[in-house]
Amino acid sequence: MVDRRTDENVGLPPREVADILPPHAHGWIGRYVFSQDAKYIAIQYAGTAVAIGLVALVLSWLMRLQLGFPGLFDFITPEAYYQFVTMHGMIMVVYLLTAIFLGGFGNYLIPLMVGARDMVFPFVNMLSYWVYLLAVLVLAASFFVPGGPTGAGWTLYPPQAVLSGTPGGQQGGIILMLLSLILFIIGFTMGGLNYVVTVLQARTRGMTMMRLPLTVWGIFTATVMALLAFPALFVACVMMLFDRLLGTSFFMPALVEMGEQLSYGGGSPIAFQHLFWFFGHPEVYIVALPAFGIVSDLIAVHARKNIFGYRMMVWAIVIIGALSFIVWAHHMYVSGMHPWFGFFFATTTLIIAIPTAIKVYNWVLTLWQGDIHLSLPMLFALGFIVTFVNGGLTGLFLGNVVVDVPLSDTMFVVAHFHMVMGVAPVMVIYGAIYHWYPKMTGRMLNDAMGKIHFWVTFLGAYAIFFPMHYVGLVGVPRRYYEIGEPAFLTAPVDGLNAFISAAALLVGAAQVLFLFNLFWSLRRGRESGPNPWRATSLEWQTPDTPPRHGNWGDALPDVYRWAYDYSVPGAPEDFVAQNDPWVPDAQEGRL
Amino acid sequence: MPIVIALVLIVLGSIAFHLLSPWWWTPIASNWDYIDNTLVITFWITGAVFAAVVLFMAYCVFRFRHKEGRKAGFEPENRRLELWLTVITGIGVAAMLLPGLIVWKQFVTVPEDADEVEVFALQWSWNYRLPGADGQLGTSDAEWVSADNPLGINPHDRFGRDDVIIEGGELYLPVDRPVRIWLRSIDVLHNFYVPEFRAKMDMVPGMVTYFWITPTRTGEFEVLCAEYCGTAHAFMRGTVVVADPEEYQAWLQDQITFEEYADNRRGRRPLRFAAR
Repeated sequence: MVDRRTDENVGLPPREVADILPPHAHGWIGRYVFSQDAKYIAIQYAGTAVAIGLVALVLSWLMRLQLGFPGLFDFITPEAYYQFVTMHGMIMVVYLLTAIFLGGFGNYLIPLMVGARDMVFPFVNMLSYWVYLLAVLVLAASFFVPGGPTGAGWTLYPPQAVLSGTPGGQQGGIILMLLSLILFIIGFTMGGLNYVVTVLQARTRGMTMMRLPLTVWGIFTATVMALLAFPALFVACVMMLFDRLLGTSFFMPALVEMGEQLSYGGGSPIAFQHLFWFFGHPEVYIVALPAFGIVSDLIAVHARKNIFGYRMMVWAIVIIGALSFIVWAHHMYVSGMHPWFGFFFATTTLIIAIPTAIKVYNWVLTLWQGDIHLSLPMLFALGFIVTFVNGGLTGLFLGNVVVDVPLSDTMFVVAHFHMVMGVAPVMVIYGAIYHWYPKMTGRMLNDAMGKIHFWVTFLGAYAIFFPMHYVGLVGVPRRYYEIGEPAFLTAPVDGLNAFISAAALLVGAAQVLFLFNLFWSLRRGRESGPNPWRATSLEWQTPDTPPRHGNWGDALPDVYRWAYDYSVPGAPEDFVAQNDPWVPDAQEGRL
Repeated sequence: MPIVIALVLIVLGSIAFHLLSPWWWTPIASNWDYIDNTLVITFWITGAVFAAVVLFMAYCVFRFRHKEGRKAGFEPENRRLELWLTVITGIGVAAMLLPGLIVWKQFVTVPEDADEVEVFALQWSWNYRLPGADGQLGTSDAEWVSADNPLGINPHDRFGRDDVIIEGGELYLPVDRPVRIWLRSIDVLHNFYVPEFRAKMDMVPGMVTYFWITPTRTGEFEVLCAEYCGTAHAFMRGTVVVADPEEYQAWLQDQITFEEYADNRRGRRPLRFAAR
C-alpha cells in the first residue's frame, strides 16, 4: 500500500494534538503502585487477571475430576460442582479474557502503536484498574461467605439464581456476584473511554485510521462494542439485585417454591435473558476481535509478509462488531421466546459467518508465499487458526436454529464455545505474550520451555474439546453433575470423560510452566534488543526498551506508511518501519 | 516441521474419530429426521471446510517455511480472489441456512389435528396433564397451587375438572399421533428433553411454552432436564412411554382426573398414581 508524497515532511498532516509530556510521578508509589502510566496499568491489569484466572483454572480441574471420575471425590457435592462451574465461567469470560485483552493488551499497546505518549486520561485510567481490582476482590470474597459463591451458572438466569434451590441464591453468593459485575462494568467504562478516545484523538502525525495495525483495530472495535453492550448487563444486574434484596419483580413471575407461594409476581425471566445476551453475544466478539487483530499482526510479522487484504480485514472487524448486536437471541432458540424470532436470528447469525470466514481466508493467504518463521508467536497463531476454525464451524450448527434444537444445552455447546472463545483467544494471548514480552522486559522468553508449553497446550486443548462435541451429540446435557448410564447413550461416555479430564489436568499443569518461564526469563532470558522480530509497527521503534514513561523520548514519531511493509521489493531489509521515510528508487516520489 | 505433521494428523484424526467412534446420536423416535438430515449436511460442509483450511495451512507452512535467503512475496490485495471467496462462502452458508429455515417453519407450525399434553415441571420432578374427556385443558396459574391442587389448575374452570393428572409418574404417548406438548413451570426454568425426540423447549414460570412432535417408535424413553434448575438438576429424570393405541388406552383408563384427585386428597386414601 503506497501513499503519494512529495517531500519528507510536506504531505504529512499537521500535528493535531499538542505533544505534551505527561507529568512524571515522583516516588515509588506513584510510579509503580498508583501508576498513571498505561504500561504499568497494563501489567497490573494482566497480573490481576492471571491471578484470578489461576483460580478459574483450579476450578476447571475440580470440575473435570467430578466429570471424569464421578463418585471418587466426596468433597465435590452437587452444590460445590455448580459453584465451580459458575465461578469458572464467569472468571474466564469477564475477569480474565475481557480484562486481559482490553485492560492488559489495550493499555500496553494502544498508546505505543498509535504513537501517543500515554492514554488521554491517565488518572481515569488508573482508577479503572483499582475499581477492577475491587471487583475481583468482591468476587473472590464470595468464596468465603456462608453458603459460598453463587452456583447459578455463569448466565445467572433468574428465577433460580435468587432462589434457595441454587447454591448461594438465598445467601450472600449471588449478591456479591452481582455487586462485583457492577463494579467491573464501572471500572471497565473508565478504561474503555480512554482506549476509544486515545485511538480517535491521540494518533501521531501520519497515523491515519487505515494505517493502524489490526491489533489496534481489533481492540478499538471491541472496546466500542463493550461500551455499548456492558450497560445491558449493568441494568440486568441492578434489577436482579433489586429483585433479590428489595422484593421487586423485574424478572420474577408468580412463583411457588417447594410448595410455598412467594411474594413475587408479574416479572419476566425471559427479559433477563434478552438483556444478558444483548451483552453476552457482543461479549464473545469483545474477546474475539482483539484476538483477531493481534493474530493478524503475529502472522504478518512472523511470516514476513503483509497481512493479505488489509482493508477487507478492517471492514470485516467493523461489520462483525456491528452484526454481533443483532444476533443475541440465537442463545435463546429454545428459551420459549416467540418461535418466529428464530428465522431472523438464524439468518443474521449465519451471515456473520461470511466476514468471519474472510478473516480466516486472509490469515491463511498471508502464509501463502510467506517466509514463515516457526517462532513461538507463529506456532500459537497457527494453533489459534485451527481451534478457531473448528469452533467457528460448530457455530454454524448452533446458529442454524433447527440444528440447534437437539444440540442446545448439551455438552456440544460447551465444547463449541470453549474451542471458539476459550482455547482460540487464549492461544492468541500466549502468542502475544511471547511476541511482546521482549518489548516489555528487554528479554526473550525461554524457547525450550515455550515449545513444551505450546505443544502440551495446543494438542491437549484439542484433545479436551474435540471429543467433547461427541459427548453432547450423544445427548449428555451441560451442567450435569453426573450423567450415569441412561439408555439413550449409544456408548458409555465414562471412558471418554476420564480421557478428557486427564488431558485437562495435563494442560493445566503446562500453564504453571509458562508462569515459571515468565519469571525465570525476567532475569535469565536472552537479551532481545529493541526489535527482535524486525517488526514495522511503532511499538518496536521506541528509543528505550522497555519504553520509559512518555514512550517517545524527545519527539513523537512521524508515520509514513501502513504497518505491513514486509518484504517490499527493493527495500534494503525485509521490513520497513512505519516511521521510516524510505522511498523505493524505482518509484520516485511515492512511499 | 513437527507442526506440519501435527496439522495433518489433526485433520486425519478428527475425521477418523468422527467416522469410527461409537459416540453418535441415539436412534430417533420422532418425525424430526429432517433435523438429523440438516445436521448431517452441516457436518459434511463444515468438515470439508475444516479439512481444506487446515491442510492448506499445513501445505503453506511446509512449502514457505523460512530457509536461508528466502524472501516473501508482496501482494497487499487481490480483489478478484477476495470476491470469489466471499461469494463461495455465501453459497455454502445459504446451503446450510435454507434447509434449516424450511425445517424450522415445520417445527413452529403445529398440525391442526395434534393432540395436546401438558408437561408441568417443578424442582425437581416431572408431572403431566391430559385434556380429559372434553378434549380441552383447563386454565391454570401458579396462584392456584396448593396441596390439593399441585398443578395449579383453575378450580372454577369447567374445562379443568376432567383434566387427567399424572403427578410424578410416567407419561404415555400414542405412537404416530402428532402431539403438541405444552410446557409449564412454577418455580424456575426447566427444559423438557427427550434425546430420542430431538425437539426440546424451555419451560418458563409465568408463561406457557410448547413444541410438537409425532412419536414414530414405541418404547420407553428417558426424560432429562436440559435447563439448569438448581442443585438436583442432573437428577431430574422421568420416563415417557410411546405406546400402541390399545396399550395407551389401557394406561389412560388407570389415570385419575383433577376432580378425583381433589376428592382423594380430601380424605380417601390411597392416592392412585400411574399404574405401572
